[in-house]
Amino acid sequence: MTAVADRLNRLSHPNLVIALVFLGAALVFPFFLDSGATQMQTAVQALAYVAMALGLNLIVGFAGLLDLGYVAFFALGAYTMGWLGSGFFAGAGGGEGVAILVTGPAADLPGVHANFLLIVVAAIVVTTIAGMLIGLPTLRLRGDYIAIVTLAFGEIVGRIAINGDQIGLPGTAESLTAGRQGITPVDKIKLPFLDQFQALDLRPWYFVALAMVVLVLIVNFQLRDSRLGRAWVAMREDEVAAVSMGVPLVKTKLLAYGTGAAFGGVSGAFLASFLNTVNADQFQFSFSIFILAMVILGGLASIWGSVVGAIALAIINFYLIPDVFNDVPSKIGLDFDLTELSFGIFGFLLVIMMVLRPQGLIPERRRRLELTEGIGTGDTTGVGGPETVVEARG
Amino acid sequence: MEAHTETAPAPARPAVLGAVGKFLSEYGLILALLVLPVAYGIQDLRTEGDLTRLADNLKDGLSNGAIWALVALGYTLVYGIIELINFAHGDVFMLGSFVAVGLWGTLGLTLVTGPLGLVLGLAVTLLVCMLASGTLNVMIERVAYRPLRDAPKLAPLITAVGFSFILQNVGILWLGGSPEGVSDLIRSQQTLVTIGGVNVTRGDVLSVGVTIPLVILLTAFISKSRLGKAMRATAQDPEAARLMGINVDTTISLTFLIGGIMAGAAGLIYALYQTTVWFFQGFTAGLIAFTAAVMGGIGNLKGAVIGGLIIGCIQQISDNRIGGEWTPAVVFAYLVLIMVFRPQGLVGEETREAG
Repeated sequence: MTAVADRLNRLSHPNLVIALVFLGAALVFPFFLDSGATQMQTAVQALAYVAMALGLNLIVGFAGLLDLGYVAFFALGAYTMGWLGSGFFAGAGGGEGVAILVTGPAADLPGVHANFLLIVVAAIVVTTIAGMLIGLPTLRLRGDYIAIVTLAFGEIVGRIAINGDQIGLPGTAESLTAGRQGITPVDKIKLPFLDQFQALDLRPWYFVALAMVVLVLIVNFQLRDSRLGRAWVAMREDEVAAVSMGVPLVKTKLLAYGTGAAFGGVSGAFLASFLNTVNADQFQFSFSIFILAMVILGGLASIWGSVVGAIALAIINFYLIPDVFNDVPSKIGLDFDLTELSFGIFGFLLVIMMVLRPQGLIPERRRRLELTEGIGTGDTTGVGGPETVVEARG
Repeated sequence: MEAHTETAPAPARPAVLGAVGKFLSEYGLILALLVLPVAYGIQDLRTEGDLTRLADNLKDGLSNGAIWALVALGYTLVYGIIELINFAHGDVFMLGSFVAVGLWGTLGLTLVTGPLGLVLGLAVTLLVCMLASGTLNVMIERVAYRPLRDAPKLAPLITAVGFSFILQNVGILWLGGSPEGVSDLIRSQQTLVTIGGVNVTRGDVLSVGVTIPLVILLTAFISKSRLGKAMRATAQDPEAARLMGINVDTTISLTFLIGGIMAGAAGLIYALYQTTVWFFQGFTAGLIAFTAAVMGGIGNLKGAVIGGLIIGCIQQISDNRIGGEWTPAVVFAYLVLIMVFRPQGLVGEETREAG
């Protein structure tokens, strides 16, 4: 009975009204723009990054496991799309091509061409397993060591992507990746009952991305309030206490990695199709930081914060820096373009946010309490600081 | 699943398996480290009949490793005292290289400068690089880490990553976004002596010749001087150190200064030895040096030097045999192995975090 009442309570929450207003705005937004406009391009990418930021927020924000190698999941999702939805494996099916539940011209081309929905499922499976595998070695570690191990994995995946053109697949003439050349073109999304998407008509892409974000959001909210979500938060606040209250640490941590990774994988598969290329140069450490900056900007553990942070940084990165402010330095007599500095700008944002407003733009309630009152910060060093931190824990 | 939580008692194992496990956790890392040199040593013996090529790799590895050792000292000092991975340290090293290259231009050091002028000029450059990197490191601590000393531990790590990107962009603005060749002032490839078929070049002598005195000085400073004692006390227990009248803030600043000084020296050697500099060198060097510090046991000075030399050899063997494009992956694979199987490092004690 109380569960039902809780649920109703949550539904009537003012946040839900705001959410519906924003969703409505997001639904009508593309009709104010030309369907091939650059702003549409930015909007689609922004939505894809929202899904990734939500995934990373789950790992870093909810579960408190700083993951600096999130790019690995983007890469694996994108390569799943590239492998299963392009002409890359030219020898597949004896040069005739392999088509799995695909109709239309793609079915007759060489290479492997699978249905987009199947590819998404495959991307989810691949990235979930990868997330858990990467999580496995970090189980015994805490804090910043986790960050370094995940970073190392991210870099290893990136290296394999770059040098994958030298790795032959046994028994075939194919290589693992196309390296810096990139796998291109990639199949455009084709959904049941809809036409094949077109490169210059961006509205369908936008709505698919929006649907993806809404789904990811629903999963996120459900997870946060579930038993698992509470276990994540408990683990983040004090691992030892969580274990002694019966939270299974291994399972809880691995599920955080796996779920967070799956969001990145879905978004990666979508982006591969949208950008029409899977290029090894996309998968660098700086991308992990780009996504991390979104989560930090919005506020760690805050779902709406991640959404806002992702949209803000995507707009800054894809629209404001290259299109609006790019020539500002040259106008004031400096000899460089602003695009060269984009990652310096994100680095600056990280520092400023952490020092001045560590709770982010839209802070999560519990997180704010942790930061201001010092509760739950089980692993503070307490070097040279006031005693409040230690005492509040006791 | 539940049975595998950290607190659950380890299931009883047969004695033999237990002994094997103990042996692996004790010597497994050393065995893993020996795999590459031994495998290629055997291959050399079979194909060429001697070990000259391997010896040459190891020699290059040691002189490269000396540079990583200097950078690793900065990581290990800072981690020892405030348990923070100073992610921006590699980029402080990179800017040290840039300062060196810039200063050669100002001082007018070129390939035709006489030996006396060169030695004097490089000595001045070394001092300036050390000071510049040291000051930069102290400033980063002041701006990005000190305000967050009471925040959750991930906060300063995130600002460290942020600062790393800021410094890389400073590098891009300074010398552009691609590797920049610099004049080979010391003719680093010129052979000085040949020992058993291995050519020892001027670059090797420089790199080892600068590193050894610096490490000796540093060890003496930390173990003998009052300030060094204050650093060790703060590392052991900051609160108790404060109660004993040690200014903890100053001591932490001093630690960053020393770490930066080492990185600055490494920056100059790197520029002279590799004769190319670019903004991204700090990121790679930082991760390699961090691996070295962890390998030796983070917080342990001796360990950082040993780790640096070992990682230098691994890197060189990988560059020469597997291919330079795979080297980062090889180094990172070792990093993961160490973290998983021996987080306390080769010579270090268990740290609070890695236990």
